[in-house]
Amino acid sequence: MEVRRSESLAIVGASGAGKSTLLGLLAGLDVPSSGTVMLNDSELTALDEDGRAALRARNVGFVFQSFHLVPSLTAMENVMLPLELSGHNNPRPAALSALEMVKLDHRVSHYPHQLSGGEKQRVAIARAFVVQPAVLFADEPTGNLDQRTGDTVADLLFRINKESGTTLILVTHDHILAERCDRVLHMDGGRFIDPASGLAA
Amino acid sequence: MSMEKPARLSVLTQTRQALRMLARDWRSRELSVLITALIIAVSSLTAVAFLTDRVSQAVAQRATESLAGDLRLASTRPISQEYASAASEFGLLAATITSMPSVVFVNEQSNTESVPGSTLAAIRAASDDYPLRGQLKLSDQLLGEEYLASGAPSPGEAWASPRLLTRLDTQVGARLDVGKTTLLISKVLITRPDEGFSFTDFAPSLLINASDLDSTGLIQPGSRVAYRAVFSGTRSAVETFKPVLEGMMEEGEELEDVRDANPQIRSSMDRAERFLNLASLVSVLLAAVAVAMSARRYSHRHRDRVALMKCLGASQRQILYSSLAQILLLALASGAIGAVLGYISHSGLAWLMRDMIQQTLPSPGWAPVGLGLVTAVLILVGFALPDLLQLRKTPPLRVLRHDVAPPPMRYGLSWIAAIGSVLALLLWIAGDTRLVLMIFGGALATLLILALAGWLLVKSLQGFRGAAGIAWRFGLASLARRGRESIAQIVAFGLGIMVLLLLTTVRNELMDTWRASLPENAPNQFMINIQTHEVEGVREFFTDRGLAEPRLSPMVRARMTKINGQEVSEMSFPNPQGRRWAVRDANLTWAAGLRPDNQVLEGSFWSEREPGDELSLESDFAADLGVGLGDVLEFDVAGEPVQGAVTSIRQVEWDSFQPNFFVVFAPGMLDDYPATWITAVFVEESQKRAVLDLMREYPSITAIDLDAILGQVRDVMDKAALAVQAVFVFTLLAGLVVLWAAVQSTRDERRYESAMLRTFGATRSRVLSGVASEFIAIGLLSGVLAAGGASLMAWMFSTQLLELAYNFNPVLWIAGPLFGMAIVGIAGTAATWRVVTRAPVSVLRNA
Repeated sequence: MEVRRSESLAIVGASGAGKSTLLGLLAGLDVPSSGTVMLNDSELTALDEDGRAALRARNVGFVFQSFHLVPSLTAMENVMLPLELSGHNNPRPAALSALEMVKLDHRVSHYPHQLSGGEKQRVAIARAFVVQPAVLFADEPTGNLDQRTGDTVADLLFRINKESGTTLILVTHDHILAERCDRVLHMDGGRFIDPASGLAA
Repeated sequence: MSMEKPARLSVLTQTRQALRMLARDWRSRELSVLITALIIAVSSLTAVAFLTDRVSQAVAQRATESLAGDLRLASTRPISQEYASAASEFGLLAATITSMPSVVFVNEQSNTESVPGSTLAAIRAASDDYPLRGQLKLSDQLLGEEYLASGAPSPGEAWASPRLLTRLDTQVGARLDVGKTTLLISKVLITRPDEGFSFTDFAPSLLINASDLDSTGLIQPGSRVAYRAVFSGTRSAVETFKPVLEGMMEEGEELEDVRDANPQIRSSMDRAERFLNLASLVSVLLAAVAVAMSARRYSHRHRDRVALMKCLGASQRQILYSSLAQILLLALASGAIGAVLGYISHSGLAWLMRDMIQQTLPSPGWAPVGLGLVTAVLILVGFALPDLLQLRKTPPLRVLRHDVAPPPMRYGLSWIAAIGSVLALLLWIAGDTRLVLMIFGGALATLLILALAGWLLVKSLQGFRGAAGIAWRFGLASLARRGRESIAQIVAFGLGIMVLLLLTTVRNELMDTWRASLPENAPNQFMINIQTHEVEGVREFFTDRGLAEPRLSPMVRARMTKINGQEVSEMSFPNPQGRRWAVRDANLTWAAGLRPDNQVLEGSFWSEREPGDELSLESDFAADLGVGLGDVLEFDVAGEPVQGAVTSIRQVEWDSFQPNFFVVFAPGMLDDYPATWITAVFVEESQKRAVLDLMREYPSITAIDLDAILGQVRDVMDKAALAVQAVFVFTLLAGLVVLWAAVQSTRDERRYESAMLRTFGATRSRVLSGVASEFIAIGLLSGVLAAGGASLMAWMFSTQLLELAYNFNPVLWIAGPLFGMAIVGIAGTAATWRVVTRAPVSVLRNA
């Protein structure tokens, strides 16, 4: 499979279909037993774990179903984290403008437990976007949110995709969300299938 | 194609990062358990160290008083002035005391009414600074008010002991002819700090000024003069000066320091030191356990964060560096805070004890601060680092799949590191390998036994599951399900409770036994020079007055000549002390039976059989000479050789204050040689008169009053006992921290579980009673284990370490389980209360 720059792609399928495994492979969180993964011209499968981490630091942003904010860090600090990890000298302004983008600049010093689910996910999006990634991976980004909040979060993701040209790869079983993407891939039993025939693609 | 190399950040940047992380964790109270555990550990440890340092300095100081200085050089020849100049270069003070026996006469002009008295006196000529440690007890007239003072009499004056005045039948104000000069008796000398007692040092003393010594003309070639120089200064100055002095010393000169001071005081000091070390070592071990438990919890809680950081691009190196830097910063910060708190608490303790410790405590050294920092680092590195290192191996995939965990810990290696670091620490603190190995082995064995017993108990509990109500079923079920965690918790609680039990019940027992080792009626009168024909009379004298019958021992003067046929003068000895034993005059005795304060270590005593030509040796004496069972020792007794084979080695309780001998012969072997007899009796203050009557009846008997030295020993014991009690308060705190860490260790899991149960419809009270019953069961099991462990430890401490008799204490077996159920039940339930009573949705949402 291949994903083009600035494309938005949805991977859908039932629980256990292998969506998250695929996402993990694409982002270099895990390595396949066979085959290769190229990300932004680099061969992920040829790199060691630290090499893949460095690649992610520069090119990849993540948004998760359960947000994965660090509970001991404020919203601002959570957004600053990826910049700090790559040795950024003054991460605050970039983090603040990312928070402004998700309209949370009034909640910068709040801890995750003081934020609502939607706010948490917006902080997570700000954190993903702050490094200006080439690819944004989203794992069930609206799975823990109600319909309206979920829509707002989805709007944000697609806005980033359109305005910054960031490739968006999202895993979901929300068909409405999937339909908003340029392309939808269906999975079952670890393989891509043609949803119409139910046969392996 | 872009270059994908891990970001290389400067050390400074990474340290700043680690510091920032740490500060954020601190602010969010994420680290509070770990830090508090560490701070309490270090503060208790440093408070112990500060106090131990100061109190043992005070105790040592008290002991140095019995030398009248920190170091004492003894010689039979005049002591070179060079020593004193060398001492002053090192900032030490020096004083001299020259002693010799001489007959003194009451000057005729001052006592015209009766025949002028005369008697043999021990003349001591002291320089003006004498005594450098301790004080003289003086009074202005016989039976007058006593007071403390320092310094020698002014030139031309002399201070006489009450015994001397009584013998001379004279008073303060009289003039005394001492050699060629005449001195004025200006004061009564009640006691000197360096009195001590020895068999040869029994003439009543007369203290004069060293500058009068020449005019007495008493120092002649061949006269029996003992020269002594004493030195004192700060501890470090003394320690640097001692080897220098040893290098300058000549043949025939002997150096004594606190260690060589009275064996009675030394024996008390050794016990006190062991008690204090014991208390602080146990604190360290407890702290380590508490830190290990909370570090484990911390690292488990941080897997998600590490996975996220790796997902966001952090390299393993970065995570490793961050863990290392965090640990070091954490250790240093907690160590520093702990040291400050330790200092404050120890000052509080010293203040509390101000009435008990009459003298001001010496100021503490800096060593405890270093100890606190090193301890914090070692404990954290040893017990927390392995878990934190494992964190870096957390797969980033964990962000997507929560069941992915770091590879299982290889605890083997990390435990070796942890145990090694604690062992090194203990050795450093105690400097006593045997003590450390015993405590360490004991602790390790205790942990293993506790773990094994915990496992068996958890297994056997499963049988009860059907028999109890729902709350208990739930509680016992989760106890069994948690298996390993339950065992760990039981071990931790058991350890904590065991320490509490040891400290509350066993400590008192040990302290009582310790104090009882010097009973109220310890002999306070030593009587020597009793002639063989007087022995029966002396016995009757005591029994007629309703006093306890004294036990008299014969004493024969001798000199050791041969060991296994070889001349001792040509032998070399394993220990320099051996040579001194060999060339010294020896006091021999014979006895039919073994004294109660003696214990046979090797061989057998002849009480049970017909004795041959055999003898029994004291264990240190035998070790210094390098002789053992079967060796033949020959002595010269009044010009004739007497020899016997060693058939037993005895251990002697020197602090019993009974006359004891290094060499005891079988009866019959020394019968034909001239002997005098000695005894030690306890005489109450109100019956002291009887001693005077005895001396009047048997004028040749010399009685030595031991009340002064007994008082000194009791004083040392009381101080030490108090310090030990205070120090145990901190051990108690450390024990409570372990309990706290144990309660915390399963809190997160419980939070989730109880939320689940409540979601499924369990009422709050049902969940709570389930939790309570689980904790009560854990408490019961821990209590039982603790009682067993405490009994075992008490037995080991008293018999092996402190050499005291062991008394079984049934209270432990009641208090242990009850206390365990109560404290673990209440503390565990209380700590989980908030977790359980929170709305389940908030718990599940934050999961």
